[in-house]
Amino acid sequence: MIDIRIQSSDFNFGKEIENFQKNKIDGAFVCFLGSVRDLNSEEELKKLEIEYYPKMAKKVLKETAKKAFDKWNLSQCLIIHRFGKLNVNEPIVLIITQTNHRKDAFRANEYIIDFLKINAPFWKKEHTNKNSYWVEQNKKDLDINI
Amino acid sequence: MKIIFFAKIRELIGKEEENITLPEHIITVNDMVLFLKKYNEIYYNVFENYDFLIACDEELVDMDFKISKTKKIAIFPPVTGG
Repeated sequence: MIDIRIQSSDFNFGKEIENFQKNKIDGAFVCFLGSVRDLNSEEELKKLEIEYYPKMAKKVLKETAKKAFDKWNLSQCLIIHRFGKLNVNEPIVLIITQTNHRKDAFRANEYIIDFLKINAPFWKKEHTNKNSYWVEQNKKDLDINI
Repeated sequence: MKIIFFAKIRELIGKEEENITLPEHIITVNDMVLFLKKYNEIYYNVFENYDFLIACDEELVDMDFKISKTKKIAIFPPVTGG
């Protein structure tokens, strides 16, 4: 089962894990949770705004999950990505991959986040106590061999 | 042709979308970019000074992609999700 959600509302991390644990098919599942960080030492981050291209974002996330699903023989895959204005420490993205073997669950999860980072049409804008800035793409993400 | 913009590119262009009639000799994405650079100074500034990606009907494409069957083109900065 592939479950893709793009939403402005927060999600309950514990509840999502619990849902996966209820599935007795496979015993290995890996979770990746990305959250809002304040890395600017000069200014205070007030909000992180996430803009996205709805139709394409859904399509890219679905295709990415499908590729991982087939390649690592997943039984379940969940991707949640948020949009809108988020506070520091709020969750942005959750990826859960479930399969028979832990290595495959890890690999599938890493593949999804790495692919998403350079292909899914989401953009972050930081609103600090002084100004607003579009976040630049981390060039290191482009060097990862997916 | 309907062209839509996102994020920083949308702010630089100053609008969310634009309908532009492309001349018949515009075959590829690269042709379109060259055409838009001459279309006005705003496009010239964006394509000359900022990183951008192009998606045709929700698929990322290269500059040599042929746009004859494309219904909607999206122009946006490199993505920063996740």
